[in-house]
Amino acid sequence: MPMTTLDTAGAAGTANAFRMPSLGADMEFGTLVRWHAAPGDRVARGAVIAEVETEKGVFSVESPVDGVVAELNVAPGTKVPVGTVLATFGEAPRVAAAPQIPPTPTPEAESVLTPRLRASPVARRRAAELGIDLAALWHDARDHAITLAEVERAAGRAAPAPVTPELPAPTPSAPPAGDARLAMRRAVAAAVSRANRDIPHYYLSTPVSLRRALDWLRDRNAVSPVDQRILPAALLLKAVATALREFPELNGFYTEGAFQPAPAVHLGVAISLRTGGLIAPAIHDADGKTVGEIMEALRDLVRRAREGGLRGSEMTDATITVTNLGDEGVDTVLGVIYPPQVALVGFGRIAERPWADAGMLGVHPVVTATLAADHRATDGHYGGRFLAAIDRLLQAPEAM
Amino acid sequence: MTALALERAAPGAAGTVRMTYRDAMREAIRAAMHTDTRVFLMGEDVGRYGGCYAVSKGLLEEFGPERIRDTPLSESTFVGAGIGAALGGMRPIVEVMTVNFSLLALDQIMNTAATLLHMSGGQFNVPLVIRMATGAGRQLAAQHSHSLEGLYAHIPGLKVLAPATVADARGMLATALDDPDPVVIFEHALLYNLEQEIAADAGPVPIDRAAVRRAGTDATLITFGGMLGRTLDAADQLAAAGTRAEVIDLRTLRPLDMDTVLASVRKTHRAVIVDEEWRSGSLSAEISARIMEGAFYELDAPVGRVCGAEVPMPYARHMEQAALPQVPQIVDAVRATVGG
Amino acid sequence: MTATAAMPTAPPTAAGDGAHALALLRDMVRIRRLEERCADLYQAEKIRGFLHLYIGEEAVAVGVMQALAADDAVVATYREHGHALARGVSARRIMAEMFGRSTGCSGGRGGSMHLFDAATRFYGGNAIVGGGLPLAVGLALADRMQGRDRVTACFFGDGAVAEGEFHEALNLAAVWRLPVLFCCENNLYAMGTALDRAQAETNLALKAASYRIPAWTVDGMDVEATEHAARTASEAVRAGEGPHLLEFRTYRFRAHSMFDPELYRSREEVEEWKARCPIATFEGRLRQRGLLTDEQAQEIERAASAEVDDAVAFADGAPLEDVATLTRHVYSEAASP
Repeated sequence: MPMTTLDTAGAAGTANAFRMPSLGADMEFGTLVRWHAAPGDRVARGAVIAEVETEKGVFSVESPVDGVVAELNVAPGTKVPVGTVLATFGEAPRVAAAPQIPPTPTPEAESVLTPRLRASPVARRRAAELGIDLAALWHDARDHAITLAEVERAAGRAAPAPVTPELPAPTPSAPPAGDARLAMRRAVAAAVSRANRDIPHYYLSTPVSLRRALDWLRDRNAVSPVDQRILPAALLLKAVATALREFPELNGFYTEGAFQPAPAVHLGVAISLRTGGLIAPAIHDADGKTVGEIMEALRDLVRRAREGGLRGSEMTDATITVTNLGDEGVDTVLGVIYPPQVALVGFGRIAERPWADAGMLGVHPVVTATLAADHRATDGHYGGRFLAAIDRLLQAPEAM
Repeated sequence: MTALALERAAPGAAGTVRMTYRDAMREAIRAAMHTDTRVFLMGEDVGRYGGCYAVSKGLLEEFGPERIRDTPLSESTFVGAGIGAALGGMRPIVEVMTVNFSLLALDQIMNTAATLLHMSGGQFNVPLVIRMATGAGRQLAAQHSHSLEGLYAHIPGLKVLAPATVADARGMLATALDDPDPVVIFEHALLYNLEQEIAADAGPVPIDRAAVRRAGTDATLITFGGMLGRTLDAADQLAAAGTRAEVIDLRTLRPLDMDTVLASVRKTHRAVIVDEEWRSGSLSAEISARIMEGAFYELDAPVGRVCGAEVPMPYARHMEQAALPQVPQIVDAVRATVGG
Repeated sequence: MTATAAMPTAPPTAAGDGAHALALLRDMVRIRRLEERCADLYQAEKIRGFLHLYIGEEAVAVGVMQALAADDAVVATYREHGHALARGVSARRIMAEMFGRSTGCSGGRGGSMHLFDAATRFYGGNAIVGGGLPLAVGLALADRMQGRDRVTACFFGDGAVAEGEFHEALNLAAVWRLPVLFCCENNLYAMGTALDRAQAETNLALKAASYRIPAWTVDGMDVEATEHAARTASEAVRAGEGPHLLEFRTYRFRAHSMFDPELYRSREEVEEWKARCPIATFEGRLRQRGLLTDEQAQEIERAASAEVDDAVAFADGAPLEDVATLTRHVYSEAASP
């Protein structure tokens, strides 16, 4: 039985141990909610082995290896730091040849642990006095502790952030208990602040006529069953995924001072939650899926995002994120990149607009496509060509 | 905190006199011997030779051989004899030529002078003053360049002083002689030529408190003895670049005046200690620990230390200078804590 | 006065001076009984730490104390119970000190090795071999500088003669002509090391000649000899003739301390010396001279026993110092004088 080197870069485990995964760069703790395996069970790689709750919700976590569960180390209901051993496997697990999964940013198992937030003693004390959340000031790439001066600035003397991130308005519904909501907001705030702080963003936008794309969709949906009808969003996602094949430097991770292109395109799809807040689980290998498959994946993701059941790998594997706020009536989305990704593609609402086509003025359905990109990985020229490619693809939807 | 007169008194101010640290120490001995017939000086070459550092020059002629006593090269016994003489009702000043030779007398100092009061259940106190030259900087190499203030400040039963200014050289001896318990005074050899203005009627000064030599807000620099001058120079440079450092001269090394130090740290939130001793187990380590214990929640950065390199003192000039704390290192250390 | 190898023979105690003779015997017996009881108490764990017994050497301390005035000073070693008792420190305070009680002569802070008493100018009680010699030099220096007519008697053993401080102290005392009576108690062993293995020159009195200090070798098992020597020497010291040294040849019948298995000397040797016991021989001499009756001997024994019993009872009932005052006596409590 060939043994391949286990990819230990994933958050989930090493050859013998299954650890609390990091399901987001700002995640510090997770609560083991339920086990889906018992000692003695043989578990296949990729099978759901446990459910984990974070501030963002409950996720299903897959086993990182084939193996026999030797021991469950953490009882249901226990909250532990990321990286804590949750279970151990008893025999050397067989490792199926796996598609290469892009690593979460830190290669060693230990750095799966979110680096402990560091703040000087007086900064901590003052933050507590002033009600400042230190996590909002912290990000993992920092090399120095939070100081008193930073806390005092954050308390109200700071200049406003240069770009205001777009966040979806919460879906109106009964809000959850205040604490969970606050925790969610705090987590989002931490992530966004960090990204805003660390990543030098550049922004491009371009209007794209969807006349041909929507015509094609309409024709296709006319002959499909209701549950297989495709929404424009799926077409937009497909266009992005396909364009990334041509522009790989927007698809990957910027870590440790360098960009690593990802071998696959896992599109993170920004989904707003009814409880408020946003998550962006991935559609794996979107470039290899048909529009129909993408639609199916999207439907499934949205359902599970809202009902629970998202998998750990979906939370960590996105190589780029697309945010579509068309439903909210926003024309242009200028977002904040999810580190360590290097790009965020945004689509606003599709609206009828005057459009010049071959010298003639008409009315087209137009969507504004935007790109927020990490200037350390690409520049405006490259990004502009990417957007142009998306435009080009959407003008020939049947070919995608 | 107590702010003593800053060293840079206006020249020519009424009632002041300009003198060297050496002269000030001599004046202190003279004044004490005139005031109290129990006081006498003994040590190697304090009489005929006038003192290795010329501190006692002229005193033999003034006070005679009974009270200015040249001893044989017997550190252990003449320090022990100082203890016995103190027990017998005298107020001896024992001069050990340098701290380097004091190690021969360490048994008497630690096992008798520091412990007699305790071992006898409070019956026998030892009002003895021991003066020692200390420090490096004159290419005297490994056996003549020690800084061991921390070693002595480690010992309960002793009091340890480090006068760093001419005023303190003038004023600390009298207070030390008045003390019922053994007092060790460290005189950095490079300070003997230091010249400063002091009050013409300068008298005894307290020996239980530190002094803020320069006020500041951005960081606290803590030092003693021979390092004060360069610490103040570093503060000057830092000020020119916009960082206002407060400089504390500890003056007394045992007991440490942590009230003054902690009040400063509470204000500046950052501390750097400058100590000529070898870093490991030095007095700076003790001070750092006490700052952590007393003001942890005030610290905006770890306490920094600029200490002597962990090497026996080499002879070559550039090597010796590299082994000692220098102004640029002090500046850098403050910048490191402030810069963030 | 130059050094001679042996002191002129002492005249026997005057026949009429029976009281003095009995006093000498009494003091030696008191020391012996106290020390024997200390050994028992140590084994019963009432006394802890190190315990060094003076059994066999009593004639030295008792003889020398006869020559000292009340305001003279005494510096001794860790084998100092006998010296303290003979000097006038009460058995009660000595025993309470060894029991670690607050009414001991050192407040319970010192123990067996650190007996101190300001009232009798008893400066310990030193556990560093040779450490007391510089102290004695300093005490004598103070007397000289203040024009006081006092002698400082400094006891030390043959082991201390090897320490540098012995040589430094003798030298300095001689150079400055200080009133120190150096009393070397040569019991032939520095802990477990025999004298002839440690000293190139085993005639210790002769070493004083290097410093031009008059010195005599004295039979330390004969209390009359020790008293005579001490009186002669201290008179010279007091007269301003500078320091003098007495080498007392003596022997401790027990081990160095309670932990010593005595592997370094033979039982035969011990028995030989025991036959020269200072108490037994002096007692015999006094009986011979008609200065001691059986009743007097029994009375001396009875009184000594009673004194020790009383001391033990006192010590047993004595209070322990409150731990809350642990850090007392590190620095003086009164303001400077």
